[in-house]
Amino acid sequence: MHRFANPARFMRLSERLMPWCAAGAVVFLAAGFYLALFVAPPDYQQGEAVRIMFVHVPAAWMASFVYLLMAVASAVALIWRHPLADLAAQAAAPLGAGFTLVCLVSGSLWGQPMWGTWWVWDARLTSVLVLFFLYLGYIALVHAFDDPSRGARAGAVLALVGAVNLPIIKFSVDWWSTLHQPASVFRIGGPTIDRAMLAPLLVMAVGFMLYFASLLMLRIRTAILESRLRAARLGEAEIAAETVAGPAQ
Amino acid sequence: MMDFLAMGGYARFVWPAYGVAVLMLMGMAAVSLRSWRRRQRLWSEISATRRR
Repeated sequence: MHRFANPARFMRLSERLMPWCAAGAVVFLAAGFYLALFVAPPDYQQGEAVRIMFVHVPAAWMASFVYLLMAVASAVALIWRHPLADLAAQAAAPLGAGFTLVCLVSGSLWGQPMWGTWWVWDARLTSVLVLFFLYLGYIALVHAFDDPSRGARAGAVLALVGAVNLPIIKFSVDWWSTLHQPASVFRIGGPTIDRAMLAPLLVMAVGFMLYFASLLMLRIRTAILESRLRAARLGEAEIAAETVAGPAQ
Repeated sequence: MMDFLAMGGYARFVWPAYGVAVLMLMGMAAVSLRSWRRRQRLWSEISATRRR
C-alpha cells in the first residue's frame, strides 16, 4: 500500500488506469440503463415502478461504500499521516453525497406509489438521511479552517465517528421493524431477487463502481496538482520577496 | 413508444428517478473534469514562465 501512496507514483499509475475505468464505466452504465429500461421484466406486484430499483439500489450501495472508503482513508490519514489519504477522503466526499442524494430522491419517488408516502421516519430512511448530513458536515468542516491540514484532521475525526452509522444503515431493516424491505441481494442464503432483475442490477452496480473509481482518481489527481500549484506559487513568492529585500541571511 | 414512456402509469415516478440519477452522474463528471482542466492549464502556464 505504501508504494502506491506516493503522489508521483499515484499520478503515473492513475494516468494509465483512469481511461480504462472511464471506458468501462461508460460501457457498463450504457448497458445497465438499457437492460433496466428495456430488458428487465415488470414486477408482478409493482409493475413498471420496480425499474426505480435499478438506480436506487446501486446508488444506495455506493452511498455506504464511499463512506466506508472515506472512513478507512481518514483512519490511515490520522494514524500514518499519509499524504494521499486525506486527499482521497476529500475527493470521495462529494461523490458520496451525490450517490446518497440519488438514493434518497429515487427512494422517495418509489415510496409514494408503493407505500403511499414520500417519506417515513423509519430506521433505514432516517439513518441514510443522517449519512447524507455526515457527508455535508464533513465537506463543510474540512473547509472551515484557514489551515488545510487542521481542516483535514477535523474532517478525518468526523468521518471516523460517523462510521458508526454504517452498520446501523445495513442492519436497520433487521433490528427494527421498518417500512423499508430487508436485504434481498447481500444476505445469508443468497439473493431472493429473480435473476432477470438481478443481472441488470449488478451490471448497473458495476457501472456505478467504475464511474466512482474513475472520478475518484481524477479528483485525487486534481488535488495533487493543486498542491503542486500552491507549492510553486509559494516558491515564486519567496523569490519575489528575495529580489525586493535581498537574499535572506 | 407511448406505452414505454407511460411506464404502466408510473411515468411520473420512474422518469424523475432516472433523471436525478443521470443528472448527478453527468454533473459530477462535468464539475470534476472542469476543475482538473483549469488546474492543468494553470500548471502549464507556470511551467512555461519557469522555463523562461
